Amino acid sequence: MSNQHLSPLRVPLVSEPRSMGQLTEEICAPMERAPTWKWWVAFGIAVAVLATGAGIVAYQVGTGIGVWGLNKTIGWAFDITNFVFWVGIGHAGTLISAILFLFRQKWRTSINRAAEAMTLFAVMCAALFPLIHMGRPWLAFWVLPYPNTRGSLWVNFRSPLLWDVFAISTYFTVSAVFWYVGLIPDLATVRDRLKTGFRKAVFKVMSLGWTGSNRTWSRYETVYLLLAGLATPLVLSVHTIVSMDFATSVIPGWHTTIFPPYFVAGAVFSGFAMVLTLMIITRVVLGYEHLITLRHLENMTKVIIVTGGLVSLAYATEFFIAWYSGNPYERFAFMNRAFGPYAWAYWTMVTCNVVSPHLFWFKKIRTSPAAIFVLSLVINVGMWFERFVIIVTSLHRDYLPSSWSMYTPTMVEVGTFIGTFGLFFTLFLLFVRVLPIISIGEVKSVLGFARSTPAQAETPPSTRPVPVLDAPEAARNHPPLAIATRKDVPV
Amino acid sequence: MSAPVLIGYFDSEERVLEATRAVREAGHDLRDVYTPYAVHGLDAAMGLKPSRLTWVCFAAGAVGCTLAMSLQLYTSVVSWPLNVGGKPFNSFPAFIPVTFELTVLFAALGTVAAFLARAKLFPGNKRQALPRVTDDRFAIVIAPGQKPNALDAAEALLRDHGAVATDLREVAS
Repeated sequence: MSNQHLSPLRVPLVSEPRSMGQLTEEICAPMERAPTWKWWVAFGIAVAVLATGAGIVAYQVGTGIGVWGLNKTIGWAFDITNFVFWVGIGHAGTLISAILFLFRQKWRTSINRAAEAMTLFAVMCAALFPLIHMGRPWLAFWVLPYPNTRGSLWVNFRSPLLWDVFAISTYFTVSAVFWYVGLIPDLATVRDRLKTGFRKAVFKVMSLGWTGSNRTWSRYETVYLLLAGLATPLVLSVHTIVSMDFATSVIPGWHTTIFPPYFVAGAVFSGFAMVLTLMIITRVVLGYEHLITLRHLENMTKVIIVTGGLVSLAYATEFFIAWYSGNPYERFAFMNRAFGPYAWAYWTMVTCNVVSPHLFWFKKIRTSPAAIFVLSLVINVGMWFERFVIIVTSLHRDYLPSSWSMYTPTMVEVGTFIGTFGLFFTLFLLFVRVLPIISIGEVKSVLGFARSTPAQAETPPSTRPVPVLDAPEAARNHPPLAIATRKDVPV
Repeated sequence: MSAPVLIGYFDSEERVLEATRAVREAGHDLRDVYTPYAVHGLDAAMGLKPSRLTWVCFAAGAVGCTLAMSLQLYTSVVSWPLNVGGKPFNSFPAFIPVTFELTVLFAALGTVAAFLARAKLFPGNKRQALPRVTDDRFAIVIAPGQKPNALDAAEALLRDHGAVATDLREVAS
């Protein structure tokens, strides 16, 4: 291809030679063919889990949240743990799409679309928990500041829980808009491939009449840059505000100033682990190993090493300050975490989050998808336990020994949590079927990134006319692919 | 009233960049360039000015910031002052998180709305993309004008710069 950006240092982002037309075919293929039996099995399981979860939620809404394992001491446990867990998972999506975009990290192009979708679905799962926690979810609109019939009663803007309402809803809205704006050119690509029918009509509406005009592209790039710039502080603010739910209280173990950066680092840590889990499955199932390459996986594991290090540092700092501050309550809270009745949860957390990421220092592990997959699951488990430890161990033994208590989740709480996984995977599997999960336009723009080889340097730019995709020469150069003949199109 | 436009199709980013520069240098009326992805340097080649959407973003953010602050001050100080542990009614620092979120929300939605309006993108749009430009072709659209031989000259220029095909279309002017 003549539009190659050659350099002896530049490692190709797409590891197999592909023309633009082939890329379009390949990325659109999962949407245009019938789903495989594997997809149906996965979808069936996800929907079954979702349905079970929905049934459990219906039961607890009907009965009241007394069916939870909460008591007077621990009034806030499983649901907030899951809320923080899911919100945290969402963060990697925005990080990949916004922060890596601002840093001009071209490798993000293959994974940003799926990561952003993951963000949206994770935030949906997260938002369910405060909603259910209300007990009467149909009154959820009470959290919004609107002129109402109860006199001049307004919401309390000094409450971190209300900040959460604004933070999460803004985060969801901006992420959704960012995702959709990124999708518009690809929706047009899909629209132009479809001949007739219902799907064509839907894509026609959704692509808003995109023609690929450079006047539009120019503005589009500006908007994308602005949205990335807006989403970046938003990522930091959302988990900062979530951490303030705890940090503004006076409970030992919660009342710490390190919480905002600590929570943000943890969110990125867990989010990248979840992106890895999903991407490793996706690339194998859809055969995208040359688009979501080992290099992508390796880069993400490097982010995990860094954020894992930050999280470990935060754990150490908390412990140090608990001792150094000389506050006996604080000191007790941390000793109780490590050696109290929930020590098993604490040490699970330490093993998963502090020890396991260090395995990624080994190149062999960093480049083995199977090993990365296992470790990404381990980190997800560890990060769930981190939230559980922070919340439950701080609450169950606070200032007054007379009110000490233990907490065990009931089947209803566990079922609700598992149900959200059903929701998450149902949405993700549907997404894989109906939308291009790799940003077609953006990957095309990095297609020419390649390392220069002596052979390439000697060959002058090709002067041949159209590289017709079904020509025998093209077939020799490219691995066999189900390429539709383009005889209907004159150019 | 309709006028003919000449469309030249290209198969690579570099050729379309060169051809765009050449078309402008030759003094043809360059209508637009269509590409499957954002090509860097094409704005300069076409002579497009930087977008003013950044100002829209700033203004929308300022509106969001002002609205958020006003809402919180009105509800917490004027309409329903609530004494929480003796804290001041106008507890300014506590209002920062909501103000920040609404600033970002307004800035983001305002910018996207302005972009869609300016680029005339809306559901139900009847515009159609040129063949293959959303897939693997780049297209330059020129309005050759009324001068004799202008059409031939423009077509020769496009061909010289590696156009893989050319097409003449009547469009509503």
